[in-house]
Amino acid sequence: MSDKTINRVAKATPRRLARKVRGLSDRAITWIFVGPTIFLLLAINIFPLIWTINLSFTNFKANRINRAVDYIGLRNYERILTDGDIWLSMQATAHFLFWTIFFQVLIGFTLAWLINRKFKGNDIWTTIIVLPMMLSPAVVGNFWTFLYQPQIGLFNYVVAFFTGADPSSFEMLGSVDLAPWSIVIVDTWMWTPFVMLICLAGLRSIPDYIYEAAEVDRASKLRQFFTITIPMVMPFLMLAVLFRGIENFKMFDLVVQLTGGGPGSTTELASINLKREAFEKWRTGYSSAFAIILFVTVFGLASIYVKALNKVKER
Amino acid sequence: MTYSVTEPTKRQKWFAGTLVILYAIITILPLAWIMMTGFKTPPDSISYPPKVYFEPSLEGYVNLFTTRTRVSQETLENLPPPQNFAEEIVRNRGMVIAGPSKFGQRFLNSVIIGFGSTFLSIFLGTLAAYAFSRFKIPLADDLLFFILSTRMMPPIAVAIPIFLMYRKLGLSDTHLGMILLYTGVNISLAVWLLKGFIDEIPREYEEAALIDGYTRFQAFYKIVLPQAATGIASTAIFCLIFAWNEYAFAVLLTSGTAQTAPPFIPTIIGVGGLDWPAVAAGATIFLLPVMIFTILLRKHLLRGITFGAVRK
Repeated sequence: MSDKTINRVAKATPRRLARKVRGLSDRAITWIFVGPTIFLLLAINIFPLIWTINLSFTNFKANRINRAVDYIGLRNYERILTDGDIWLSMQATAHFLFWTIFFQVLIGFTLAWLINRKFKGNDIWTTIIVLPMMLSPAVVGNFWTFLYQPQIGLFNYVVAFFTGADPSSFEMLGSVDLAPWSIVIVDTWMWTPFVMLICLAGLRSIPDYIYEAAEVDRASKLRQFFTITIPMVMPFLMLAVLFRGIENFKMFDLVVQLTGGGPGSTTELASINLKREAFEKWRTGYSSAFAIILFVTVFGLASIYVKALNKVKER
Repeated sequence: MTYSVTEPTKRQKWFAGTLVILYAIITILPLAWIMMTGFKTPPDSISYPPKVYFEPSLEGYVNLFTTRTRVSQETLENLPPPQNFAEEIVRNRGMVIAGPSKFGQRFLNSVIIGFGSTFLSIFLGTLAAYAFSRFKIPLADDLLFFILSTRMMPPIAVAIPIFLMYRKLGLSDTHLGMILLYTGVNISLAVWLLKGFIDEIPREYEEAALIDGYTRFQAFYKIVLPQAATGIASTAIFCLIFAWNEYAFAVLLTSGTAQTAPPFIPTIIGVGGLDWPAVAAGATIFLLPVMIFTILLRKHLLRGITFGAVRK
């Protein structure tokens, strides 16, 4: 309504005067307000992405700038898809992704369900549980290497205390079998609260009257859980999985500090492998191609997942 | 009291409470352990079995902030008496303080880059969010999704061209370079969160102001900004925490002048690999502000970590 009034006034007054009265036009303000953000995103995100695509078709090496750069077509992509190391790192990523999400969903949902029993002081304990999530992953990874020390570390000591094993008999970070699990444990410790918070929001969004109606219909508690609670929380849970999935696919800082990809290459996740190719072996063209493949994979999987999420929401 | 089917029984509450508190204690244990280790002496920190009771010492903190050199017993005896507690601690180990360590500088870098990029992200983000919230922008939804999708790129993937670009522009290892970079990363979060907060402010306020003769711009900063203050503050804290915690770009693009604390803290351990109290002290100083902010933020936490997708 008011917009119309203003427009009428604006039309009636000469242009120059209108400018003075109204200040800048809405359209001008829009571009002044949005412009800088778009510019920054183009400079920091899109321009580099295009550059990476360009580099991925070359044999450029960033530590030898003076060498002639040749366009070699799709050869980088071809090499990556047939490179055993890359597939190993993809496997390590898949293992990490699957188990972190599995444990975080399981523990996170259980915790949320328990907290939703509204016991006294639940918000204080929720705040405490949430703390690890906001900390710097690199620093967290660094101090967990201390907790994982074979003889002196707290983790080994506690495990040994409850199992009766010798605390120096196992190395969480040094052994090929245990290292992939040690990174899963730390990530689960850190990010379970994230899933918990989102599930809690889901549980709290279920109105009481639905349960009351079910009670009137004499549905058992178990039945209520599977036909009301789970379906109503599902969209929230799926959202949490989406966020964790994207984050852990990109996982770098926490694991690099914990294991550095070792022992051997058992915990060498995709991003760690990429860093090694790009900044240690300086195969810039090759690693650019790998970066593009990773980005397309995340983007593709996330888009498919979001479609599924929207379907669940509609139900 | 009236009977309610949705109110859990006393026994259920007791049971749930016990389990949650147990989990909370387990989850807080590693953090508590690190803070304790900061107050141990190096021998205490690596003793077996791990020491729960110990004599608190500031050696970790002294080692964190100083560099020390070993001197012979003779020179040590000929020195004037120690001026302060720090010198005393160091001399007990047969060393003298050689100078301040790099930690103070690295911490300051984290503060400068964190606050600089937060200020810039909030400034640009508020303007963009207001425009997205109030004006018709062609392809607004696509543009917003594009802004979000920039978050899906692995940082290392963007780091290659940024590394090359910064080398050319002379921005590598500079505060300005890192501030711009973190702003570019954080602005997507800022726009999404702030748009949500501004959407919640009724348009009628501004429309009334416009009729009263305010210009659009006046209406924006006199009406909308004060209303959005809480939202802006919590968005700012989120941006600050993300910039504060960032590691991948920092380790690849900085090495000296502009290096932040996260890539530096792991190097404190030194060659011998025994100075865990100093590492723990550094981690404590670095993590404590974030913990305090998290507690202050708890009402808006969910919103921040889900880009405003879940608002509670």
